[in-house]
Parts: sequence; structure tokens; C-alpha cells
Amino acid sequence: MVIAVRRIIFFATLFTIWEILYRLNQVYEVRSTTLFPSPIGAVEQLYIGFFETGILTEALSQSLQRIAVGFTLAVIIGALLGIVLGISKIADETLGSLVIALQSVPSIVWLPIAFVLFGVGNTAIIFVVTLGGTWAMTLNMRMGIKNVEPILIRAAKTMGYQGKELVWRVMIPASIPSALTGMRLAWAFGWRALMAAELIGRGGLGRTLMDARDFYNMDLVIAIMVIIAVIGLIVEYLVFNKIEKNVLSRWGLNDNR
Amino acid sequence: MQSVSIKNVEKTFSNTKELGSFTVFDDISLNIQEGEFVSLLGPSGCGKSTLLNIIAGLDKATKGTIYVGDHLVNGPGSDRGVVFQEAALMPWLTVLDNVTFALKKKLPKQEAKKRAEEYLKLVHLSRFLDSYPYELSGGMKQRVSIARALAMDPDILLMDEPFGALDEQTRSMLHKELHDIWEKTQKTIIFVTHNIRESILLSDRIVLMGTRPGGIREVYPVSLDRPRDTSSTGFIQLEKEINSVLAKEIDKVMKEEIGDGYSR
Repeated sequence: MVIAVRRIIFFATLFTIWEILYRLNQVYEVRSTTLFPSPIGAVEQLYIGFFETGILTEALSQSLQRIAVGFTLAVIIGALLGIVLGISKIADETLGSLVIALQSVPSIVWLPIAFVLFGVGNTAIIFVVTLGGTWAMTLNMRMGIKNVEPILIRAAKTMGYQGKELVWRVMIPASIPSALTGMRLAWAFGWRALMAAELIGRGGLGRTLMDARDFYNMDLVIAIMVIIAVIGLIVEYLVFNKIEKNVLSRWGLNDNR
Repeated sequence: MQSVSIKNVEKTFSNTKELGSFTVFDDISLNIQEGEFVSLLGPSGCGKSTLLNIIAGLDKATKGTIYVGDHLVNGPGSDRGVVFQEAALMPWLTVLDNVTFALKKKLPKQEAKKRAEEYLKLVHLSRFLDSYPYELSGGMKQRVSIARALAMDPDILLMDEPFGALDEQTRSMLHKELHDIWEKTQKTIIFVTHNIRESILLSDRIVLMGTRPGGIREVYPVSLDRPRDTSSTGFIQLEKEINSVLAKEIDKVMKEEIGDGYSR
């Protein structure tokens, strides 16, 4: 409760100082007044964008659709790859090193190739988002599989489990906590990649942000940045943190946090 | 009738980091009768757990053979239930599901559930069917683990220091429970421990193992009446007798581990 109050006071102060600076600039014109955004203006733009013109509603829904598809693909591909790397030593030594190399490439770098492959459109952006999340998911899933407690595997063996069953019934469920960390990272990387790609590509929040700049609507630029931050926060801290907490305590891993 | 027969078993670890090739024990032979409760007692490093793992089929003997009933051990099998020192429960499954986990391969769902409930009742956990392992105490987890091993209806129950990580009260409670279970189910039990009292309290026979060279030092039949009283003269006498031999073995291990500075 105290923390919440402190935060509210902090942000309110920040908001006020900014608005005061904006007003002072209106009077003294230290910088061009058209290029200096106002926080109250940004709130106005949020209202207009969502409830009057609907441009923000449309941009947000397009971005969310893209991240939904990209994130889902990243999780599926990453999980499968991670399982293979976790189980097969040969795959880990060959494919594994490629994954590590790819992980160090910011996924936005793929956009030019994506445009060539898929044209300047939705698919190219989803491709970049997917690549943004896949490697983090892969590496976390791999670690989860590799770190399954050996005693669980031994116990399952004494109960007649072997081979594929051991993977499905023991190793994969045991690595769920790790997979969740992978999903959270896949989301975070994917979201950042999406914004970067949309700044260059078409549609969505990123494109709308560029458009707003082109029309010197700095209040709208700020409004969109706020939306991007809020969506990121909601998903990372409210959704994933909650799920992770529940899963970790179920898996008996809570004291490690 | 013979339940387990161990013939000339040797275990050598090749290419270990510190010791190069290292023989834990060679030429161990032991016959265990059906329904017998046998303890493997010895200092750490004597290979008692290794021997148990070989019987379980989780580890391979370098030489020699082990028969369970009339079939040769060649990997894990549901004729041998294993209880480890850690309960080794699947954390994502409820207590009931942990036990049916062992049965899903053998029985249809409904029957597996019925059987699991039956064995969980045997270990007094009927009220905790829907709990998850993290909600249970160490002793309760170990009881689930015992129920899980028993539910497979194995011929032999292999127990690797199952109560080693528990506090004294819980341990003595579980001693009683294990004794009752053994009487009720008539299972052959091989029980690894380093605790002399525990082994006298529970076993028909105590196999004392030693190190360097590893192997069986002595076999003590325990003929005291059950339930056993740790303060009876017979109990104390046997404890002393075993202790005198075991102390020498422990001495050897300590000298090796600590070096010349060790004296007692």
C-alpha cells in the first residue's frame, strides 16, 4: 500500500513538472512549441485516438494480433527446438551453437531479408517478431530439459518409463518452470522487435508513431509510447509474473526466488 | 524360496576423475529369501547404495549376475520397487497422481486410481490425495514414495536410506509403519542404511559391508522378537557387537579422507 502511494506521488510529480516545463516553453519559446509535447496533450490524444477517431484502437489491435501470432510461433518453435537440443547431444553441439549465434543477432536485422522474402507487409513483421522470441524460448527450454533432477528420471525408470515416455511424462513437465521463463523472455523480445519492425514497416503502433511524428503531433507520439510501455508492463509483470509464481510454488521452487 | 540371488558381483568405475579406475567392491555373493527383510549396513563409500542400484537395474554390474526370482536383472523393472532417500515425487502431480503414475502402464485408469487410494490408505495419507508434494512434510513425502513403490506390487522393495533425511520422531514413526507394512504385505525388503539401530530394529538379517577392499564383512542374523525394544539386553549386545566391527571400517574411511591428522 505504502509503495503504491509513493509511486502515485512520484508519477504525479513527474507529470506536473513536465506540464510546467511545457507551459513555460509556451511563454518563453526556448524550443519550438510545436515539437514540445505536453502530458495533458498526450492524455487528450489517448482519448481522441481511442474514442473519437479510433486510430489508436486500430493500431493497437493490429499490433496485438501480430505479437499474438509471432509469440505463439516463437513459443512452439522454440519449445520444439529446445527439447531436441536438450535431449540430443549431437544436435546440441551442432544446431545448438547456431542457435547461440543467432540469439546474439537483434532480430530487427532480419527485416530487410524478410521484406525481400515476404514483401512489405504483415508476414515480414510477424517473421521478425517470431525470430525475436524463438531463441530465448529455445535456450530456456533446453536448459529446463538438461536440468531435470536425475532422481526423477531414475525413479520413473524404476516404474517402467523409458525413451519417449520419459521425455513426455517426466522431462517436459519437469521443465515447465524454465519454459515459462523462456515464454516471458520471448514475449519481451518479441514486443521490442515488433515495435522496431513497425517503425519501418506498415501498420500497428510503431507505424502510427512515425506518422504522428510526420504530422508534428508530438502529443500523439508520447501517447503511443505510453501505450507501448503499458502493454509491455501488463503482460510481463501482471500476466507472466503471476503465472510464474504459481508454477514455481507448485514445483516447489519458490524459496529460490 | 529364493527371492534375490547375487552371484560374484563386481563394480568398477573406470576413468573417474580422482582415482582413475576404481573398484567399489568385487565378488559379492548373497542370497535373500522370499519375504526376508535384509539390511545393507556400512560406512559411506562401501558401495551399499551402488549394490542396491545394481539390483534395481539403474546401474550395471561390471561382473557377476543378479537374479530376481528366476529372471536375470538387466535393467529396471516393475518387479522391483525403489524408495530413494529423497522422495523423488513428481512436483507437478498430486499425491494420488504420483502413485497412479507408477500404475498407468500396468492398469486401466479406474483400477489404477483404486489401487493408489488403497496404498495411500495403508500409509495413512487418505486425507492428502489432492495435495501437491510441496505441501507435505518430509515424512509424508517419503510415505507417498513408499506407497508408490508398493502400489506396483513388486516382488521386492528396495530402499536406499529412505529415512536418512528425516528427523528422529518422524523416523521412528516410519519404522513402525514400515514394519507393519512388511508384515501385512510379506514383501522381500532390501534396506540400505548406515544406522545400526535402524537395521537391528527392522531386519531379519544385517549384511555389514566395508571398504578398501569393498565387500561383505559379516552377516548377522537378528533373532530378537518383534516388535523390538531398543533398550533390551539382546538389542544392546548386538548393537555393540556390530559397532565394534563398523567402527573399524569407519576409522578406515576417516583416515583416508582426513589423512594423518586423524586419530581417536
